[in-house]
Amino acid sequence: MANTETMTINMGPQHPSTHGVLRLILELDGETVVKAVPHIGFLHRGIEKLSEHRTYHQVLPLTDRLDYLAPMHNNLGYVLAVEKLLGITDQIPERANVVRVIMAELTRIKSHLVWLACHALDIGAMTVFIYCFREREHIMDIYEKLSGARMTSNYFRVGGLSADLPDGLEQEIRDFIDSMPGHIATYEGLLTGNRIWQKRIQGVGTISAEDAIDLGVTGPSLRGSGVDWDLRRDNPYSGYEDYDFNVIVDEGCDTWARYHVRLKEMYESCKIILQGLDKLKPGPILADCPKICLPPKKDVVNTIEGLIHHFKIISEGFKPEVGEIYQGVENPKGEVGFYLVSDGSPRPYRMKIRPASFINLQALPKMCEGSLIADVVAVIGTLDIVLGEIDR
Amino acid sequence: MSEHVAVAKLQGKFSSEVLEVKEFRGETTVTVKKEDIVAICSFLKNELGYNLLTDLCGVDYLGRTPRFQVVYNIYNITTKDRLRIKTPVEESDANIDTVSGVWSTANWLERECWDLMGIGFNNHPDLRRILLPDDWEGHPLRKDYPVQGPDREPYQGRVS
Repeated sequence: MANTETMTINMGPQHPSTHGVLRLILELDGETVVKAVPHIGFLHRGIEKLSEHRTYHQVLPLTDRLDYLAPMHNNLGYVLAVEKLLGITDQIPERANVVRVIMAELTRIKSHLVWLACHALDIGAMTVFIYCFREREHIMDIYEKLSGARMTSNYFRVGGLSADLPDGLEQEIRDFIDSMPGHIATYEGLLTGNRIWQKRIQGVGTISAEDAIDLGVTGPSLRGSGVDWDLRRDNPYSGYEDYDFNVIVDEGCDTWARYHVRLKEMYESCKIILQGLDKLKPGPILADCPKICLPPKKDVVNTIEGLIHHFKIISEGFKPEVGEIYQGVENPKGEVGFYLVSDGSPRPYRMKIRPASFINLQALPKMCEGSLIADVVAVIGTLDIVLGEIDR
Repeated sequence: MSEHVAVAKLQGKFSSEVLEVKEFRGETTVTVKKEDIVAICSFLKNELGYNLLTDLCGVDYLGRTPRFQVVYNIYNITTKDRLRIKTPVEESDANIDTVSGVWSTANWLERECWDLMGIGFNNHPDLRRILLPDDWEGHPLRKDYPVQGPDREPYQGRVS
């Protein structure tokens, strides 16, 4: 007589396709997933608690460590939130805003490259991984020239940027972006017409638009369910309203749809970066707010005002007025937001991070229950989660 | 701004529940009583179209009464409007009804709020710790929880 009991197995936290330390308890009926329960928190570092004990400037490096595949977006969300809290959003110089957009979109390409590489690798298409990481390496080089770090960039500052673009980097970004559409076409050539790839992701991990909104799914995962919503266009920040780009939407609701959304988003990011490079004019990179922005080093050494401002900002920090704000930005994974509460002291009274991956992961049981265990791997890949952001 | 329209409708429907409406940096915050939070959230979602629960969290105002506040950042995808609902929660009865029946997103967010802030959610389908281990004691985001952790010497260097 056939055994009709279900079997419970453990997947992760040390599993190559869980993209970090995600643990899933899967209840299986044969090869079919009856129930999936995610267990998270293995990478919890208490970033929200730590931030309450640091000045606003000192919190910035912590935000790099959330979604470490898109550090610039976390920086951007945080600095925009602090600028909104201070009420200096309209004082950010034009050049700083343009460089922010360029770097944010480069980061989007970088993050999507890791998504595509790992998603394809998990499903068995190993070649794509090498191609994607080749281009990602180039973006990391740009990061390094810009900020000195390959991953934890910590490049943006409250009020602008930490440093201007080094000589020649503008041309390097332009050359890279000119070559990028050809590279994306290569990935498409390797995957889109590949019948194994099609069979593994078409109709897998479906989620309807209503369910996705109900579960709070945002970003490309939501647009893959046919919801035409993108914060860059709908609640623009950093001057995104001045750029001409399309919001990619696909009605397919499955992994195949989300694959197309992210691939096409990379082309759109290239368009935005080229427009940004054309807009780039010489000018200041920090707002003229001496009590908030650190003065240039030469002023610290040569002028008494510079020295005093530097000393005050480093030793005490700045004090936003009492209030609370929320600022969300369109991260490659979805909406990342910062809810800041100020009690008038130089440290955030409370900082709540709205993590895109955390909330998107909540949709995983819905997307993989009833499907085969092999599809769980595809669903994890298509949700594009990063555990640093989930666990904070 | 359409946010004001929504707030006016909310005040019209729940006149005795709305405690305060505040504007700061172009954002609207409505403070409501906790007793009818589920009815208010259902109204906001079903009648006023705030279909996306962006975020939910607790804030600990140690020394004030009531001590806690639960904050709901909600969003209307059609009109692109944000609204913030806050509700005070007493320390002696640190519980509030769950809104996971209104927005499914709230399930994990409320678990996180319970885990880190120690605010309970009545009728929650699965109220367990989410980020910390099950046997963890205390709720780290409370202001009286030391940053270095319990039973450890405070860090001797500068904290800020």
